[in-house]
Amino acid sequence: MKDYIYDNNNSWIVLDIIEQIHLNSSYLSEIDGATGDGDHGVNMDKGFMLAKEKIPLDSNFTEALKILGRTLVMDIGGSMGPIYGTFFSKLSRTLKSKEEIDKYLFLDALKNANQGLLDLAGAKVGDKTLIDTLYPAILSYENAINNNLTFYQCLYEMKQGAKSGMESTKDMVAKIGRASRLGERSKGYLDAGATSCFIILDTMANSIQKELAK
Amino acid sequence: MQRIINNPNLVVEDMLKGYEKSHSDIIHSDENNPRVIISNSVKEKKKVGIITGGGSGHEPAFLGYCGRNMVDAVAVGEIFSSPTAKSFYDCIRAVDQGMGVACLYGNYAGDNMNVKMAIELAEDDEIEVKTVVANDDVASAPKNEIDKRRGVAGEIFMWKVGGAKSNMGATLDEVIKTTQKAINNTRSIGVGLSPCTIPANGKPNFMIEPGTMEFGIGHHGEPGISVKKLSTAKDIASNMVEIIYNDSLFENGDEVSVLISGLGSTPLMEQYILFDEVAKILEEKNITIYKAYIGNYFTSLEMNGLTLTIMKLDEELKECLDMPVDTVGFK
Repeated sequence: MKDYIYDNNNSWIVLDIIEQIHLNSSYLSEIDGATGDGDHGVNMDKGFMLAKEKIPLDSNFTEALKILGRTLVMDIGGSMGPIYGTFFSKLSRTLKSKEEIDKYLFLDALKNANQGLLDLAGAKVGDKTLIDTLYPAILSYENAINNNLTFYQCLYEMKQGAKSGMESTKDMVAKIGRASRLGERSKGYLDAGATSCFIILDTMANSIQKELAK
Repeated sequence: MQRIINNPNLVVEDMLKGYEKSHSDIIHSDENNPRVIISNSVKEKKKVGIITGGGSGHEPAFLGYCGRNMVDAVAVGEIFSSPTAKSFYDCIRAVDQGMGVACLYGNYAGDNMNVKMAIELAEDDEIEVKTVVANDDVASAPKNEIDKRRGVAGEIFMWKVGGAKSNMGATLDEVIKTTQKAINNTRSIGVGLSPCTIPANGKPNFMIEPGTMEFGIGHHGEPGISVKKLSTAKDIASNMVEIIYNDSLFENGDEVSVLISGLGSTPLMEQYILFDEVAKILEEKNITIYKAYIGNYFTSLEMNGLTLTIMKLDEELKECLDMPVDTVGFK
């Protein structure tokens, strides 16, 4: 098994993410309806499907990430446009520096994306946002690297971290965004952004693992 | 859901087409971005550009306040969802005449982020943009967290003052200073009697039990500070004024402007009934109403309920309120 993937010709990884957001759009809106205004899935689907039309099938992984990021910022609005737009743009910018993407470069990309979100939205761990999925995912991934696990195994750890992070939002009280107006009443529900973030990280990890195993 | 629409996912697009056709004497849409509404008088004279933007479903806000002496360009978002950074940026470009641009908008997470990104884009064009962020809703956070409060119907006073100041030939800093004073002097509170439904969702995502009312409800149905038994207009007025008064801004002897806005399906009759009660209470407190505005100024789709907004006035703010405007929403 390889311990890196090529940037070249791997836009399908991003198309996989778009597909999973599309398939889960009703579920995401339903979760959002509990604490927000119930449009998270609809908005995400709109933006991701718009990007799908613009991504050439045989383009690079980082090119596809860039197109997705730009489409979300320019054409979607809401909170999710700038948040996920920044996330994918930062991933793209870091990853495109090399033709071969290894586990270390991928960690840099995740960290830069995380920093981009902190600068933009100012959410912290525990605020019941997608940061609660992203941060533990990165932490688990980094721990795996420090334990000398392979890229494939590191991605497995990242998925686990993302999953438990998402689940942790269920018992949190929202402190930022629209759900924060609910205070204690936001307890007992998963955060919609944390859930879509899990779907994105989980799908990206699965697809990269598939590529590593080729 | 009883609605007069075509495709629930295209209500904003369809509304904008009708809006532009019916009000072409006042506004037009941007050539390349139908989500940007521009005043026909935008470059009649050299001045600071005034822009705003926000989600749809609040009509006549935000686009109804676009026109001479008020807002020069409006970015239009999806229902209850911030416009894109690009739309805010296109607004900035459409109104800038070298004197800078004042972006006057409401305190919501999405708007904050998209405006921030738009300002960064405008920096590359060397356009100076400054902001005033409305936070007039007393129910949305306690006074020691005033920066977290949402903007609601007080935004109308903010646009009115900002637009007037800019037309008097003020610099960007002067426009910002006076507009910030206007919003600092403004407090609002809402009460909801029934929920609203986003057409694409098909069902309301919160409930208000018949016979009750939600005090402090937000413009998107954000829960208020308490659920109470529905009572008389007199009681409701008294509770609303009390909450605003407890924020310790207003004092006996003040001169104020009052704005009551229906949230969508509240008859004007009831808005006037409530206003009469508010006026009586203010009179008892020796507070003079300089100007009153009653009507559907800032709605939440078909929500039943209303908001009360009070702005404390001084000579400068009165002068700004007095300037005539030519918009769809404000006369």
